[in-house]
Amino acid sequence: MNNPILMVEHLSITFNQQQKVVDDISFTLYAGETFALVGESGSGKSLTALSVLRLLPNNARLEAETINLQGDDLLNQSEFDLCKIRGRRIGFIFQDPMSSLNPVMTIGSQIEEVINLHFDLSKAAIKQRVLELLQQVELPEPEQRIKAYPHQLSGGQRQRVMIAMALAGKPDLLIADEPTTSLDVTIQAQILALLKNIQKQTGMALWLISHDLALVSTLADRVAVMQQGKIVETGITAEFFDQPKHPYTRKLLNALPSMQSCLTHSKPENPPLLQVNDFYCYYPIRKGLFKRVVDFVRAVDGVSFNLQQGKTLALVGESGCGKTTLGKSLLNLIPGSSGSVVINGIELNNLTGEALRQQRANIQIVFQDPFSSMNPRMLVGDIIAEGISALHPKISQTERKARVRQLLQQVDLPEDSALRYPHEFSGGQRQRICIARALAVEPKLIVCDEPTSALDVSVQAQIIQLLKTLQQEKGVSYLFITHDLAVVAEIADDVAVMYQGKIIEQGSVAEVLTQPKHAYTQKLLAAVPVMKVDG
Amino acid sequence: MVVLWTDALIYLLLVVMLGLGLYLRGKEHIKRPLQKICRSKIGMVSLVVLLFFVLIGLLDSIHFKPADDKKNEIISVLDDWATPLREHGEKTYSSPFATTLYSKEMMLQADGSMQWGYPRLEFGGKHLEDTETQKIPDILQKTAYGFFQGIALTSLLMLIIVSMLRRGNVVQVAPAAGEGSSTKAVWLTLFIIIPVATILIHLSTHYHVFGTDKVGEDVFYQAVKSIRTGLVIGTLTTLIMLPMAIIFGILAGFFQGWVDDIIQYVYTTLNSIPGVLLIAASILMVQVYMANHEAAFTSVIVRSDMRLLFLCMILGVTSWTGLCRLLRAETLKLREMEYVQAATALGVKKTTILMRHILPNVMHIVLISVVLDFSSLVLAEAVLSYINIGVDPTSYSWGNMINGARLEMAREPVVWWSLSASFVFMFALVLAANLFADVVQDAFDPRRSGNE
Repeated sequence: MNNPILMVEHLSITFNQQQKVVDDISFTLYAGETFALVGESGSGKSLTALSVLRLLPNNARLEAETINLQGDDLLNQSEFDLCKIRGRRIGFIFQDPMSSLNPVMTIGSQIEEVINLHFDLSKAAIKQRVLELLQQVELPEPEQRIKAYPHQLSGGQRQRVMIAMALAGKPDLLIADEPTTSLDVTIQAQILALLKNIQKQTGMALWLISHDLALVSTLADRVAVMQQGKIVETGITAEFFDQPKHPYTRKLLNALPSMQSCLTHSKPENPPLLQVNDFYCYYPIRKGLFKRVVDFVRAVDGVSFNLQQGKTLALVGESGCGKTTLGKSLLNLIPGSSGSVVINGIELNNLTGEALRQQRANIQIVFQDPFSSMNPRMLVGDIIAEGISALHPKISQTERKARVRQLLQQVDLPEDSALRYPHEFSGGQRQRICIARALAVEPKLIVCDEPTSALDVSVQAQIIQLLKTLQQEKGVSYLFITHDLAVVAEIADDVAVMYQGKIIEQGSVAEVLTQPKHAYTQKLLAAVPVMKVDG
Repeated sequence: MVVLWTDALIYLLLVVMLGLGLYLRGKEHIKRPLQKICRSKIGMVSLVVLLFFVLIGLLDSIHFKPADDKKNEIISVLDDWATPLREHGEKTYSSPFATTLYSKEMMLQADGSMQWGYPRLEFGGKHLEDTETQKIPDILQKTAYGFFQGIALTSLLMLIIVSMLRRGNVVQVAPAAGEGSSTKAVWLTLFIIIPVATILIHLSTHYHVFGTDKVGEDVFYQAVKSIRTGLVIGTLTTLIMLPMAIIFGILAGFFQGWVDDIIQYVYTTLNSIPGVLLIAASILMVQVYMANHEAAFTSVIVRSDMRLLFLCMILGVTSWTGLCRLLRAETLKLREMEYVQAATALGVKKTTILMRHILPNVMHIVLISVVLDFSSLVLAEAVLSYINIGVDPTSYSWGNMINGARLEMAREPVVWWSLSASFVFMFALVLAANLFADVVQDAFDPRRSGNE
């Protein structure tokens, strides 16, 4: 093992003098290695990284025995000296490349700014260095891109610019805080390969912070798992994944949806419930004084599929492929769709007004973000009862209350939840409330729009289990929209892969995931980080 | 009893608020924020101050013709109680607690000779023989007397309320647990406000506590009478403005298309006409109308009341556009929220979505702008009085007081009391309203109530 580069001993972070967010943790990073800190949201992993640079929010209190960077004590440095270390000896990549770049500065000048801070170079030399960096992060056409603004770049390209900025100070340690969470799988794979590559070139240490165990298993040399502010297990990656010692680690590993599980699915053929034929959804692009329609964004471009009763069809694709638009326009939530949607023998797409409202009970939706999908000013009981009172106004209040109690029970929430507000619940619990709301009107089909992507792994597994159980009990069908192929394997019976508004491949889950025919599906599958499990 | 137009609207407002209170009493999601307000010290203290103002305003809104009617005038209950203040007019300016006029005059002496000096006031400190030595002990004595009377009164009040609570025949809004700190604060405020009031009452019967103005009228009386004008302008204008702003703003944001186009057209047009012009025109119209129908407006107070009502209406009509714009923007954002889509998917009707999902989620904006508007309306009234299109010059308002004092600011020695008195009263009212609105907003925003 090399010499240590960063030593942290007995680090604790307290919020508002009471809440201990990080509780007495110690770890060491060695030069040239990749160290991964893994944990669920709220476990304190990001705060740990921020505390090393002393970038904690004002109401947080930091206590530590030592924070030592190559022999320099970071804990007692003055703020002035720390500024020379931040960006120079420690580089930092933040999670969200959208909000970490200044939207009114070109990316070239933002990188120049960092170089200017730490090196005394001539103008031409700085320009040269910026170009070098952009080449190093493999941004295409760096000479032109130097003058581009952040909004002109895609998410992956922005993350490359962020990496270039972090590398500008030639740091010995690069901290990457969930660098790929907001990116698509294929782009995630590219960024990770890039990080690995740069690490090989420069020999710096990489400190990766992530919630994704599969990703970590492919990239890290050593792994530490954090739970509620404590490091519960540390180990070399290979050993760690072979023989996890701590029960929490085992629980995390078990919660991971596995690609193999798709082979065990087998359900009898059922009559079709939903038939979608030649479905289009175009957004008009208006220009000029009179808002003339000059062109269309072809969000959904001629899609046909069938869904059988009591089965799950997964709609897979990367962001921007039109899968969410498809899901919402099936429910008539988005105007401008055409084609035929037949559910239970009733054509939905021609209906308007009251006739449409009466058919609403057939299809329901569960949204991705459990925080914005419930009215913050309504009690949970009223939220769940909303559909009942809208579609079945004849049901009495007592009956409605009984129904809400029953629904809460079905989604495993305590009975007193009905009299609480949504913000009092965690993300997973909120998603349960949303499921209960959808179930309240006894739909035949629920469109699940990435219901698990905002949740932690272990919570994700619970929600998927809940959805499966409800399907068995009630025979409800799901149209499951997701970008996560592992989740697909876990829950789906059939898969449809979407690419640029079209379905390019569909079939049973085992077929598509094990023998993909289309090149795009193959690329998608190859990009998924797969856990290295030998046994 | 005589009911003026603004009186009627104030009673209506009270009835509506009482009805709303009764309707919302049983609702769980309203009860909890209310309990939170009850627990907040600042909230309760500012509420007490506000209620004190409202009480004075209400007393001033019950008008009648006195039995021994000589001048065909209408007075309010407050006027009746403050008769000594109302009738103790001096000749011209006198400073607070003064016993002489503010400027020197030729005085006729007992022996018939003329002397250049400060004449004694007709009422202020009339009971004193030697003003030099007796004035300060007399003031202190009256202060002490008023103070003890106030303390005694508050204690009595406390005794009654506490014993009623013990017996439990009072409906409690807040739970007894955990509200000790705010109860204490409320009593403390009462123990300050009531003695201050009694002290002022005692002193003002013998002195001009805030001096007198140009025509010798007691400034303290003017300031107290202005409370009603301030409250009326603040509340009635808002009452007229709110429905327009809320309905138009939400409809424009929610339905978009031609509804949005029409509403936007109306408010941009209205916005591009200078408000002062509209106000001046309508005030002139009212004046002409009143001149043509003299029989209906026999009393000065009826005239000034009509003008006040019209001022409120026209201020309301010209000031809804700002809030409307804000609400439209917020609704545009809200209608894309997933909970609105979920409600659509559940088959909830559009009107229900508007009432249940959009309206409650823009209420915090309404609340903030109402309070901000409240203070700015009080100020607008002052500005309009300056160009003589505000409230009637004969009616009492802080604006008129400031306007009157404006010219005297250049005088040496300066006449400061009119301005200070209106400033102190206006400041107390606006500050209390602002603090209370802050607390209300905190309490009704569930996202904030999570982290206490």
